[in-house]
Amino acid sequence: MNLSVHRLIPTISTCSSFFIRRRLAHFTFFKDQPDPAHGPTKEMNLCQTIQNALDITLKNDHTAIIFGEDVAFGGVFRCTAELRPKYGADRVFNTPLCEQGIVGFGIGAAVAGATSIAEIQFADYIFPAYDQIVNEAAKYRYRSQNLFNCGRLTIRAPWGAVGHGALYHSQSPEAQFMHTPGIKVVIPRSAIQAKGLLLSCIKDDNPCIFFEPKILYRSAKEDVPLNEYTIPLSKAQIITEGSDITLVSWGTQVHVIRVVAQMAAKENISCEVIDLRTIVPWDVDTICQSVSKTGRLLISHEAPITAGVGAEIAATVSKECFLNLEAPIERICGYDIHPIPHVFEPFYFPSKWRCLEAIKRMINF
Amino acid sequence: MNTYAKLLIRLQPSGRQLLQQQQQHEQIASSLPTVFSSVRKASSGTTLEYDTPKAYKLHMLEKGPSTHVSCNREEGLEYYKKMQVIRRMEASANNMYKSKLIRGFCHLYSGQEAVCVGMKAAMDKNDSLITAYRAHGWTYMMGVSVTGILAELTGKKTGCAEGRGGSMHMYAPNFYGGNGIVGAQVPLGAGVAFAHKYRGESNVCIALYGDGAANQGQVFEAYNMAKLWSLPCIFVCENNGYGMGTSTARASANPNFYTRCEYIPGIWVDGMDVLAVREATRFARDWCTSGKGPMIMEMATYRYFGHSMSDPGTSYRTREEVQDVRKSRDPITSFREKVIEANLATDEEFKNIDNEVKKIIEDAENHAQNDPELHVDELYSHVYSMRPENFKIRGCDNFTFKEISK
Repeated sequence: MNLSVHRLIPTISTCSSFFIRRRLAHFTFFKDQPDPAHGPTKEMNLCQTIQNALDITLKNDHTAIIFGEDVAFGGVFRCTAELRPKYGADRVFNTPLCEQGIVGFGIGAAVAGATSIAEIQFADYIFPAYDQIVNEAAKYRYRSQNLFNCGRLTIRAPWGAVGHGALYHSQSPEAQFMHTPGIKVVIPRSAIQAKGLLLSCIKDDNPCIFFEPKILYRSAKEDVPLNEYTIPLSKAQIITEGSDITLVSWGTQVHVIRVVAQMAAKENISCEVIDLRTIVPWDVDTICQSVSKTGRLLISHEAPITAGVGAEIAATVSKECFLNLEAPIERICGYDIHPIPHVFEPFYFPSKWRCLEAIKRMINF
Repeated sequence: MNTYAKLLIRLQPSGRQLLQQQQQHEQIASSLPTVFSSVRKASSGTTLEYDTPKAYKLHMLEKGPSTHVSCNREEGLEYYKKMQVIRRMEASANNMYKSKLIRGFCHLYSGQEAVCVGMKAAMDKNDSLITAYRAHGWTYMMGVSVTGILAELTGKKTGCAEGRGGSMHMYAPNFYGGNGIVGAQVPLGAGVAFAHKYRGESNVCIALYGDGAANQGQVFEAYNMAKLWSLPCIFVCENNGYGMGTSTARASANPNFYTRCEYIPGIWVDGMDVLAVREATRFARDWCTSGKGPMIMEMATYRYFGHSMSDPGTSYRTREEVQDVRKSRDPITSFREKVIEANLATDEEFKNIDNEVKKIIEDAENHAQNDPELHVDELYSHVYSMRPENFKIRGCDNFTFKEISK
């Protein structure tokens, strides 16, 4: 799929022009450089990288199983391609169309000792499984006083806006899982990050949900190390250092705020860009230390603003860094409507222009 | 997504062979050879009548729908026209999608027309219906014009949901959509049936779902509630053989969907025969409205297109299979042949109907392509009913609050 990666034209007033230019993505993908210590690399996009990470897992962990809807032939996004011929039908298999059943089954298999990697076909479909995740997976260790746990469970799901997904193929439900102690929620911004984070999730002793930004599956092409490597969970990454304002985001939106940082630099505003990476448990220290330094915080995410992840970050930071703040914390997020109405998708986004406007407001406060 | 289209690979060779073997074993015997002879024998000049001994299979029922079906000339021409409208409308949607006038997701009903036309013919005008995302045919049958459907697909204001809903979210009086999440509409259907019973109406709710959805837990929850409370709900499984790319044999331990509930009677119906469908629906409707509780129907049908516009539909089944169904079991051509065989109408008249249909579709396409779009202020409308005092929808920053007017 040739998802051409151009910058979004400035916000315009008429619908029709947007209609023509709808094919352009709303962000520019920023490539990262691989760590030379990780050895030889290969140019791969996000879905090939996920496939590579799963391949490594199946190879090294003989208890690993991958299951979900249509994963056997490779999955609707090809992330599990070629795994079944290589590792066998008893390790990579299809489930019927039943999300609650898939996650419940995954929890059981994990408790019994298998490394279960469940795929939910789209994050929008995860809700039938919400009870299993919140009431079973998250609570297993706690309610059994550590006698049992389903830490070997990892749930993967494609996440976020894709340009034409509309209401049921565009959701970003991370906030609804952040509110559940006992699970970890991780969202990568790129291929190199995804491999390290996914391998960490699989190895982690807690049930993890790994959301994969579906718009990046083809467009996030980087030189990804072929060896196995992990990236620590609950550690945010400072991508660019700065002194005037801290920008925090995750997933696709990180690329938007990186552009915003460049735009702000032209106006002599130095932005510190942070990728949160793990939504829960999130890295309070890195964010707070950064805000103590800069005095301003902007959080941006695709999901609707009310009670989004930004709300939790804003509340915590305003308590921890109250005396360091130079301006109120701003959240530039989606509207409080259902993400994302097909016909209005370009208007829904927390675009770079809105972010820049917020930065200027905070600088001039 | 185009991704899905370009990257769906063929199944493993052994997998395809297995599929083909299973399909051969499960081939629904075409009722055509026996039908034609009985058509000629039974039909007089004013009615089409024939026997359909193989059109039904029963589960927990002593007696089933009548296997002798008939219709008169008006009905025949009306059913043909309606099926043809749906077929052409879906073809138009297919073309518009390919020229990027329709975006997003689009699931076409071509091949399954006999199910909605046949069922609606037996429904009362106050019966309710709810279905999943393959909803265009049903939307038309529940009263929305072709313009209302095509304009909705292209996102125009003249669409039945003013362009907000798109392919999967079309609604009409007594028609509760149009639902995206697989299986979620079935318990809703049970609830609507409850409303009919509560209000003392002698109406049913028809809750449709597919062979893929038949394995969702909530479907069984709905069965239990409907039977426990004797709800006038007809659960209809439109079994077109494939849940996206997975054949029923590979998805279901018991692919006889009409037998899936051991306490609700079920009927399997040949879903390619519009009169058999109508007869079976009459039977089921009588059952439910006489207080005997819910019923399950499985419509054995077929879809010619893939699961959605992103699916070519050929990586999990052969082209020959699709063409074979088109040739031997197509609901529209087989019905047309029967009507002509019974001397109810001529080829000429059918051609005229086809031309009328063509005009309807062209007019609708025109509207769909040229009507205005919904205004951007509708971005924040209809989130809530009565908005609370001073409630505003928060926007993308702390300073954008939209006063919502509705």
